[in-house]
Amino acid sequence: MGSETEKDEQPSETAAISEDAESVSKDETKKSHEEQGIDFSPDSSVHPKPIPEFEKSISDKIASKFGSKINVDYVRSSRIRISTKKEDILDVAFFIRDELGYDHAESVSGVDYPDSKEIEVVYHLGSYTDDKLATHVLTLATRVPREEIPNPGKDSTRMTSLREVFYSVEFHERECFEMFGVYFEGHPDNRRLLLPEDWADIPPFRKDFKIKGR
Amino acid sequence: MTTPLPPGIQLEKVDDRIMTLNVGPQHPGSGHMRLIIKVDGDYIVSCDPDPGYVHRGEEKMAEYRNYVQNIPHLERPVIHDSCNILYPYCLAVEELLGIEVPERAKYIRVIASELNRCVYTLYWLAIYGIFLGHSTMFMWPAGDRELFIDLLEAMSGARVTHAYLVPGGIRNDLPANFEERCLRQVDYFEKRLKEYQAIFYKNPLLISRTEGTGILSRTDAIRLGTTGSVLRASGVDFDLRKKEPYDVYENLDFETVVRKEGDSYARSYIPYLEMFESCRIIKDAIRKMPKSGSVRTKLKPNPKGGNDEVYKRVESGRGSLGYYIVSNNRPEPYRVKISVGSFRNLICMPYLLKGELLGNMPSVYWGLNYWPVEADR
Repeated sequence: MGSETEKDEQPSETAAISEDAESVSKDETKKSHEEQGIDFSPDSSVHPKPIPEFEKSISDKIASKFGSKINVDYVRSSRIRISTKKEDILDVAFFIRDELGYDHAESVSGVDYPDSKEIEVVYHLGSYTDDKLATHVLTLATRVPREEIPNPGKDSTRMTSLREVFYSVEFHERECFEMFGVYFEGHPDNRRLLLPEDWADIPPFRKDFKIKGR
Repeated sequence: MTTPLPPGIQLEKVDDRIMTLNVGPQHPGSGHMRLIIKVDGDYIVSCDPDPGYVHRGEEKMAEYRNYVQNIPHLERPVIHDSCNILYPYCLAVEELLGIEVPERAKYIRVIASELNRCVYTLYWLAIYGIFLGHSTMFMWPAGDRELFIDLLEAMSGARVTHAYLVPGGIRNDLPANFEERCLRQVDYFEKRLKEYQAIFYKNPLLISRTEGTGILSRTDAIRLGTTGSVLRASGVDFDLRKKEPYDVYENLDFETVVRKEGDSYARSYIPYLEMFESCRIIKDAIRKMPKSGSVRTKLKPNPKGGNDEVYKRVESGRGSLGYYIVSNNRPEPYRVKISVGSFRNLICMPYLLKGELLGNMPSVYWGLNYWPVEADR
């Protein structure tokens, strides 16, 4: 990590030196960049935006039901993110399906966070039946513990499957199991899907699995 | 009587009636994929899809490259539809980095992705013909596909892997006289497309093998989370170009094609009818496009994403195609998840093939608009 941050800082240092040395030509280069259409303004930072009315009504509904058990974030227009503990996810998912009208899962992704020793499982839920929700994708996220030496299916990296709520997660959860080692309790079919049968390494989408030569 | 087996070797108990068949993994039409099918006589008892023969770890590879270096390899999962698989990636990166796209670039993107949709659908239709033993239906779409490939080659310089859409717009402007050439070829293609009706869609061969087979009801299509032509063939009016219009689709004149039958015939018919709509979109976009102007907002060198996440989706040739990108203040994305239509429709296969005749397996399988390479990523 240390060497990486040094690498990052190096260009900015040299830039600062060159700024001092060639302070006269700085304006000219800036002008030429503007002509070329290159934008050097700082990255768009995440600043709190006002929540639109419809998104607010959805988040209020779910917040009034579960209170402190969940955490509702407004990411951007028509994308709401709900984070919950893995013990509560089944109740929250049933509520989302029956009361809010989301009827299918678009994807199930794992995101590995080795520093906090957690793997986040993210469900993207959509609706075909409710026309008002057609543009909305609800993100339902939970975190499961992550073991240093994984033993898929036998260690504490496990959570309840949402297959009985959203039937469409079946193959997505199988993929998440083999790629991240997250075992889904209650899933009828936790077999390998995409990886070869003789795969003997750690789950490949974890951060500590490195591509050879990188 | 029986000779003892060597240690470690077991014989599988063979049922008297049920036989297990391996369909694949070598595949005549597309990428490799295996179906493990159990048959009782001519009827399929169960089906277990076994994808993964062309899994290349695109999502893992994306974590090692920056947002611009990721462009060419992310279109590899479905090279016939390369504009549409890059489209959500570009939209997501633009949202992440806060880039505005010039108006003219938005129209050109729509034209490129609609041309590419036709390329994909014609290839799919050609393989459909092969699957049903109809070799004319292989020759015609494969020949007409060259029209669109030529147009895309003139636009981008490459026949199939265009890498034409980039975050911030498109790679280069249209060549001279492109609009006239495109309109002329699309006009010809619309006339040509009508001839497909007589030879294929009114052909008793196709009708007898697809009508009433593999029926997916509306409720099941929603419950199984299907997408694209499979969903619209079951009577659900859902097309992201209408429901969640991206770029300039809301200004353009076209309609969503929906059928109520939910059988293989409807699933084979919808992509064909959508090609007419694609032609309408292309003609309308050329009419409404600004005639000059910038086509690309240049990115900063090595742009960084901030602590953010984004989920963007578009309607591709095989249904909704979404990118979930998590960034963490680095030039490379922290995690990229590609949610593809083929993978989402895979769940239908065991469901639809159960109880079906083995002879109907090719039409049901290919009607699902399943592209193994895309599903495996």
